[in-house]
Amino acid sequence: MDDLVRMSATALADALTSRHVSSVEATQAHLARIAAVDPAVHAYLHVCGDDALATAAAVDQARAAGDDLHPLAGVPIAVKDVVVTRGVPTTAGSRILQGWVPPYDATLVTRIKAAGLPILGKTNMDEFAMGSSTEHSGYGDTHNPWDLDRIPGGSGGGSAAAVGAYEAPLAIGTDTGGSIRQPAAVTGTVGAKPTYGSVSRYGLIALASSLDQAGPVTRTVLDAARLHELIGGHDPLDSTSLAEPVPDLVAAARRGATGDLAGLRVGVVTELGGEGYQPGVLARFGEALDLLTDAGAQVVEVSCPHFEYALAAYYLILPAEASSNLAKFDGMRYGLRVEPADGPVTAERVMAATRGQGFGDEVKRRIILGTYALSAGYYDAYYGSAQKVRTLIQRDFAAAFTRADVLVSPTAPTTAFRLGEKLDDPLSMYLNDVATIPANLAGVPGISVPAGLGDDGLPVGFQVLAPVRADDRLYRVGAALEAALETRWGGPLLAQAPELEVAQ
Amino acid sequence: MSALVDYDDAVRRYDPVLGIEVHVELGTRTKMFDGAEQSFGAEPNTQVTPVSLGLPGALPAVNGTAVEYAVRIGLAMNCQIATSCRFARKNYFYPDVPKNFQTSQYDEPIASGGWVDVELEDGTVFRVLIERAHMEEDAGKNTHVGGEGGRIHGADYSLVDYNRAGVPLVEIVTKPIEGAGDRAPEVARAYVQTLRDMFRALGVSEARMERGNVRADVNVSLRPSPDAPLGTRTETKNVNSFRAVERAVRHEISRQAAVLDAGEVVVQETRHWHEDRAVTSPGRIKSDAEDYRYFPEPDLVPIVPDPAWVEQIRASLPELPAARRRRLATEWGYADAEMRDVVNAGAVELIEATVAAGVTPAAARKWWMGELARTAKDRDTELDALPITPAQIGQLQHLVDDGTLTDKLARQVLEGVLSGEGDPEQVVAARGLAVVSDDGPLLEAIDAALAAQPDIAAKIRSGNLGPVGAIIGAVMKATRGQADAARVRELVVERVTNT
Repeated sequence: MDDLVRMSATALADALTSRHVSSVEATQAHLARIAAVDPAVHAYLHVCGDDALATAAAVDQARAAGDDLHPLAGVPIAVKDVVVTRGVPTTAGSRILQGWVPPYDATLVTRIKAAGLPILGKTNMDEFAMGSSTEHSGYGDTHNPWDLDRIPGGSGGGSAAAVGAYEAPLAIGTDTGGSIRQPAAVTGTVGAKPTYGSVSRYGLIALASSLDQAGPVTRTVLDAARLHELIGGHDPLDSTSLAEPVPDLVAAARRGATGDLAGLRVGVVTELGGEGYQPGVLARFGEALDLLTDAGAQVVEVSCPHFEYALAAYYLILPAEASSNLAKFDGMRYGLRVEPADGPVTAERVMAATRGQGFGDEVKRRIILGTYALSAGYYDAYYGSAQKVRTLIQRDFAAAFTRADVLVSPTAPTTAFRLGEKLDDPLSMYLNDVATIPANLAGVPGISVPAGLGDDGLPVGFQVLAPVRADDRLYRVGAALEAALETRWGGPLLAQAPELEVAQ
Repeated sequence: MSALVDYDDAVRRYDPVLGIEVHVELGTRTKMFDGAEQSFGAEPNTQVTPVSLGLPGALPAVNGTAVEYAVRIGLAMNCQIATSCRFARKNYFYPDVPKNFQTSQYDEPIASGGWVDVELEDGTVFRVLIERAHMEEDAGKNTHVGGEGGRIHGADYSLVDYNRAGVPLVEIVTKPIEGAGDRAPEVARAYVQTLRDMFRALGVSEARMERGNVRADVNVSLRPSPDAPLGTRTETKNVNSFRAVERAVRHEISRQAAVLDAGEVVVQETRHWHEDRAVTSPGRIKSDAEDYRYFPEPDLVPIVPDPAWVEQIRASLPELPAARRRRLATEWGYADAEMRDVVNAGAVELIEATVAAGVTPAAARKWWMGELARTAKDRDTELDALPITPAQIGQLQHLVDDGTLTDKLARQVLEGVLSGEGDPEQVVAARGLAVVSDDGPLLEAIDAALAAQPDIAAKIRSGNLGPVGAIIGAVMKATRGQADAARVRELVVERVTNT
């Protein structure tokens, strides 16, 4: 049974297709693993074992009947709790949505269900995806499987930890400023943020509408390509959804895995490195670059001078949009409803009491920031200026992509820090996303693949960025690097992670 | 509250300036941003989706038909249609706004800079300049239970119906309406009425005032003279009938004049119109202007109307009411004043249909503006609410033209139709009202009348035809009005001369 949970999604899918194993068995194995390790990891907020087993049984039956199935049919998956799931509690990590059971599915969930992937449960996250450590969840911390005293990254720490701890072979994450890529980096997993608009946002509880994008969280680059293809593609319910079909990502990953990157131009972004980055992080990054060179890539240095302002612009645009997106949580229609302790029970006072009690400090901080940034008299100086910076960053990318086919950087400046270490220092927490945020501001796709261990023995991530709509390049380069590194390591990085103590 | 200044006095000393915002609900099958159907009178909260309820994760998608309707409205008002425009979020907390922001247009409306010619009752044409027309979504509907007069203040609880949430609206904003002088209330009314007629002609809305399909917010300010700077305005919200628009403007002019006369300042505020008492009362004070924190709606991409598509819509615009009226007046040969009366009486469509039923325009006008207008007035109703159709008028006129009915008999038949006795032919048959065209019975009646009134008979025989009317009257009475009076006169004269 333990082997089933350690298989990649692709390997498991093959085993299912060849009927060496049933989906029910695979699903049971993962539910057993969750029962064993999740008390320590706390990757899941909600486990829906019965639903998952029912889906698995249906897939097994369909397979037995000879039905034409999706390649990933029967492979279990975990879904970040920011994604709306019909009939399954969805909280986005917030107390304000405690008890809310959505009456509809997000488009990507509809696609997952149509393909026959049993949904194991919903994963923990920073409240409304605001954070880089999952410590801002309203429902407790998630622990990094490499070291339970450390953060699993955020906001999608639950999805990354679930995949890293073999509690799911696949997971869905969302990435507004790095919430897929940074957790992947610090847990030794793979996470990709697709081109903005290539995966439907319908049914994602919005943090910042112009930045949010859902994507795959997996243990291998090929698995990520498969999941990305499954959830991607046009959706008329999302106006910002791209009309073009998703490129052939699986083919790109396979091509990359051959290890041939001849002629590929790899741009190292000057501004994403150096000061503030741990030596071990920079060392692994340099070694990875050498491997890409060995594979035939040509490494060039490119400058993106406005990246310096990305974090500042991001922390105006995100709170501004979030302050509006989160206005709907008012206790009037769903979720938590708090009546004021004394005084009249008016709509306005119920809204205030509900929001006061239901939102955590980080959420309140950003709502206040965003409300201020959009206020009359301040709009131009803050939101308006931030949008101009955004345009400049897009131009930086455009210029850089004339000189390089992909851009690369460390995914995060540091390895996983200790739980609680940065909780009272929001600015230092925000700096975790300094390398991932520019991609969201420009809408370009990015991936993080494991690059090895830092000086502290904790995982380091390598980030690849590609032009808009060229998500296939992420998978080609990511798979090439993954293959080269695994050859060097003699297996996946996660094999070096300490065994988790199994609950009885 | 200050007393009111007499209206005539007020407009002698102050120059009123108006600004009118009209909201029209578009008659699209589905809502502005989602697939929920919209129709009047459905059970509360049955026409909703995750989008119209603002559920977490739901996203808007623009209704293309609503955009087309907005373009039609813009073109009909001679506006420029934007080559690219965006939606914006207007942020404010209120339970009938499910997302706690309204998706509207802010600095980039779909249409801007046009004009609407408004015809007043005496035929004067007043041009109202249009600032802009923009698209937005309606809010839900609150019902406050237990409070006084349905107000939220003092209510025990409130119910919200989200069926209306997300219904597409176009808001039309005028530029300041200057130069209307003492006719400002009339201009305001005629403007809203012109828009209502235009919405119907364009087929973009049923435009029923009583259902709130069309709602007007009326801004009024006064200044000492037309060359003085604009005064402080008040905005009277949700004035929802033509009559109320006129009265509300009139009232605000009188009220503001009183405030200014007293040396006080007009407070910039929203006001409520009270139909029962014909007054406005203060609502929210607007001076500490609400900050709606507008910003471009990130969930929607810009709308970029294809210029060729816009031209196609322009080419297919139906004839607008004013142009149609001009055309019909010419076709029907009505004088300006006659046409104006017809328009004011709401009889254009009725006469058009009556003419189509084979009645001459002159006769059609005579029916609708004569007997039927009187009946409508007596019954305190509108012409189109009378239980008679243009086809029935056509049949009636035909009976007159072929001599079956005299004008007098026709009026009796009309009365029968209006009483629900059926089509004119049925009334004629049932009441036995056809003209007596056989001279025999008429001669008998004439002889009887002459015999009954020998004095008169003698006078007539002596050549004095003056009292012949008395004989005719007696004959008409005897035949229950079914005689042709002209024929009776001929026969009387013949009879007297020959004996």
